[in-house]
Amino acid sequence: MTYIPHSPKERDEMLKTVGVEKMSDLFDAIPEAHRYPDLDLPDALTEMEAAAELSELAQANETTKGLVSFLGAGVYNHYIPAAINHILLRGEFYTAYTPYQPEISQGTLQAIFEYQSLIANLTGMDVANASHYDGATAVAEAVNMAVAQFRGKRKKVVMSTGVHPQYRATTDTYTQFADVEFVSEEASRNTSEALIPLIDKNTALVLVQYPDFFGRICDYTKLGEAAHEAGALFCVVANPTALGMLKTPGEMGADMVVGEGQPLGISMSYGGPYLGFFTTRNKFVRKMAGRLVGESVDARGQRAFVLTLTPREQHIKRERATSNICSNQGLLALAAGVYMSLLGQTGMKHVAELCYHKAHYAAEKIAEIPGFSLTFDAKFFHEFVVTCPKPVAEINAHLLEHGILGGYDLGQDYPEMTDQMLVAVTEMNSKEEIDALVAVLSEVNHD
Amino acid sequence: MTEFKLDAAPKTVEPTIYELSSPGRIGVDFPAPDVPRTNLPDSLLRAELPLPELSEVDVIRHFVKLSTFNYSVDSGYYPLGSCTMKYNPKINEDTARLSGFANIHPMQPIETTQGALLLMYQLQEWLKEISGFDALTLQPAAGAHGEFVGVLMMRSYQEDRGETKRNKMLIPDSAHGTNPATSAMSGLKVVQIPSDERGNVDLDALRAEADDTLVGMMLTNPNTLGLFDENVEEICKIVHDAGGLMYGDGANMNAMLGITKMADLGFDVMHYNLHKTFSTPHGGGGPGSGPVGVTAELAPFLPAPIVDIVEEEADGIPPLYGFVDPSKTIGRVKAFHGHFGMFVRAFTYIAMHGPDGLRDISEHAVLNANYILARLRDTYHVPYDRICMHEFVAEGRWKDAPDVHALDIAKRLMDYGFHPPTNYFPLIVHEALMIEPTETENKDTLDSFIDAMISIAKEAHDEPDLLHDAPHPENTPFGRLDEVKAAKDLILCCWLPEDYENQ
Repeated sequence: MTYIPHSPKERDEMLKTVGVEKMSDLFDAIPEAHRYPDLDLPDALTEMEAAAELSELAQANETTKGLVSFLGAGVYNHYIPAAINHILLRGEFYTAYTPYQPEISQGTLQAIFEYQSLIANLTGMDVANASHYDGATAVAEAVNMAVAQFRGKRKKVVMSTGVHPQYRATTDTYTQFADVEFVSEEASRNTSEALIPLIDKNTALVLVQYPDFFGRICDYTKLGEAAHEAGALFCVVANPTALGMLKTPGEMGADMVVGEGQPLGISMSYGGPYLGFFTTRNKFVRKMAGRLVGESVDARGQRAFVLTLTPREQHIKRERATSNICSNQGLLALAAGVYMSLLGQTGMKHVAELCYHKAHYAAEKIAEIPGFSLTFDAKFFHEFVVTCPKPVAEINAHLLEHGILGGYDLGQDYPEMTDQMLVAVTEMNSKEEIDALVAVLSEVNHD
Repeated sequence: MTEFKLDAAPKTVEPTIYELSSPGRIGVDFPAPDVPRTNLPDSLLRAELPLPELSEVDVIRHFVKLSTFNYSVDSGYYPLGSCTMKYNPKINEDTARLSGFANIHPMQPIETTQGALLLMYQLQEWLKEISGFDALTLQPAAGAHGEFVGVLMMRSYQEDRGETKRNKMLIPDSAHGTNPATSAMSGLKVVQIPSDERGNVDLDALRAEADDTLVGMMLTNPNTLGLFDENVEEICKIVHDAGGLMYGDGANMNAMLGITKMADLGFDVMHYNLHKTFSTPHGGGGPGSGPVGVTAELAPFLPAPIVDIVEEEADGIPPLYGFVDPSKTIGRVKAFHGHFGMFVRAFTYIAMHGPDGLRDISEHAVLNANYILARLRDTYHVPYDRICMHEFVAEGRWKDAPDVHALDIAKRLMDYGFHPPTNYFPLIVHEALMIEPTETENKDTLDSFIDAMISIAKEAHDEPDLLHDAPHPENTPFGRLDEVKAAKDLILCCWLPEDYENQ
């Protein structure tokens, strides 16, 4: 199959206009020994054949539509309203370029401006940027921003072990050649109390997650105050679904609120593309990386939107830019904007409360099974840790035989947490499904 | 500052979703809980949730209206240099949305995701074959992210062999801004290398900087002038002789498919842009996808994890695909495994082209660019004028039309129904207009664009105000933006009105 529209006659005319005889004459600048190599690739398929092959590959996966899923750990199975996909499939949005020409890009620009507003309102912050790649890179950029804020004079970042392990790993990679030291509390401790003693005058940033990786929620206001007393910045990694009901990190004094926007109407798609959101206070807006859309007027006196504060960015500042980010997650920001617009304040709160009630029902029932208990005596949102009587991998294999995708095996990231399963429950899980999970877990001790 | 008044706005202005909101409307409903309710954590509840309230039809009409303000590949021709705005086949969107791809969790047991892993493994193999590299990661989220991965690997490689004082990255003056920004983010010193009069890297300047502090060099080839560097093998040799590594910026790979393999030329690392070369859409700014290929020497440093066969095929049982961590990995660069949805689209595209189809893409992309160049070179000055690859750079200025700038030409093109070329880049060409047609445009479209460009050149001399005032109201929904006001006012967010509840 080809998407090249040239007829042989047109091609010949064009070659003649260019002044060459044949296609290969266009490539004389390429070293002859390396010109026109063989490509060992399968022969071309027609669209019909490709559709069949891709369908076959897709069917080789077991999906969360077929399985009953209690897996979360940063990616959540939420209901995606039908309208979102219909907007995403409009070619005017998905085949458009970055809106550098505002006269013919107002659709994208206004949609991003609205996304920025929705995210700022949801997190309780002043300003959001147009997106980062995902939650992990948004966290890494928050660390870079804080370190840059102190121009290298403060070298310590206090980062909770309750931050997603992959976000911490990504941040380590980002900062491996920077002069930054990370300190953490012992895993699974009470975050606020354990972190405050670690903050000092050399601390650039205090970074926690809300709910934390274990699903726990607590008020970080005192921690934020402790960070600010030491002159450090305070960043909260937040789950946007939880913010449908919970006190905002903005109210707790956060200087930055970042996180993963996947729960806002974005399909799980085996890990991406997702949406890193990033918010801050007005006073730090010039230090923030990433694109920003601002309101202005056009030459005809109409309200219109435009990319602004671009001198922070790589295409202007080159090696002095705040980050190298160029492409972002524009289309996913659109998806999240449509999701929040459809749900509105009522729907966002409703989904959050459904997750909360169902997760608490599941936790209560699982804790009643002999051999199982809740690991933490803490408030939680829609995810909780269960201490299991057997290795999690063994239990999950058993659950899978019953068509259930079990929770996340925490021993993979926290060596001291073997036999600890992180269970996620969303509005997608019915009471019957939760009861089925409890029934199969009850069998585990009898095997 | 005059306050904007929505009710007095022209018809083209669409209210924001906040302005459309009305208390009590809902766009999507959810069922009541089917489990007993648990007490909410009172001390941790938010007092208010100031989000707009709309019905589904409000939301649909709003975003559909907004979409009509956008130019897009589906609506017209985009000669945007270094961006490869080719047609995005519709089948890509369908395959990426198959339930078996869209509804799988990244942390599912690998036994339940063998179709996805096979697709990723196969795509790795294909991208290795196309570029000639020995190993490849799909994890980077975009081109700039791929650059960051590549540069971190180069630095780690140098440190691993004890070359700890190497801290310098060479970057040509024609490079994308992401190259120096990436190097700086990786803690390296950036040294700019000038171009010579043929648009190649200046070899003398390169030799002068090729010393034992070199981590390597980042080179886009074909470069941002659209020219294949005629000395590319010599450049690689100079850098290698100094102990450095060669980074290939694959932004312009649309000219090179089946034409040459970057590894064969001497590059050690290269990123792809799946959203350029392999037709995964640009999405109004993203998502991209920036896989990185490397030579065997650098393979141990790839980010973790990469897809591999974890159990070989045996007794008629197919191999088991899974994730492995390279031995000296630089670590993880994002959560999970990369932009899988983009992999499905690129896989679909490569499978439908095969080896001959990929070569056709590059040949026709290069033919189209040279055709425009041939027809425009008498009207627009082309400072580095020789056979170009998939794009070329012209100057948007004339001595006898001193008030006209590249920006004016760009804006006037909108009146003719075209998206402007990339302008003011690369920085080494005055008033640059960087034109990349891609292979998916037919001769009629190219001729219309060329005619428009020639017509605009005449207008620039005869009626320059036509350019200065462009675009005109009859042609585009919006006019030129007041960028100074945007930066001064810094209105980056809107809110529900204060008296919202009483509406």
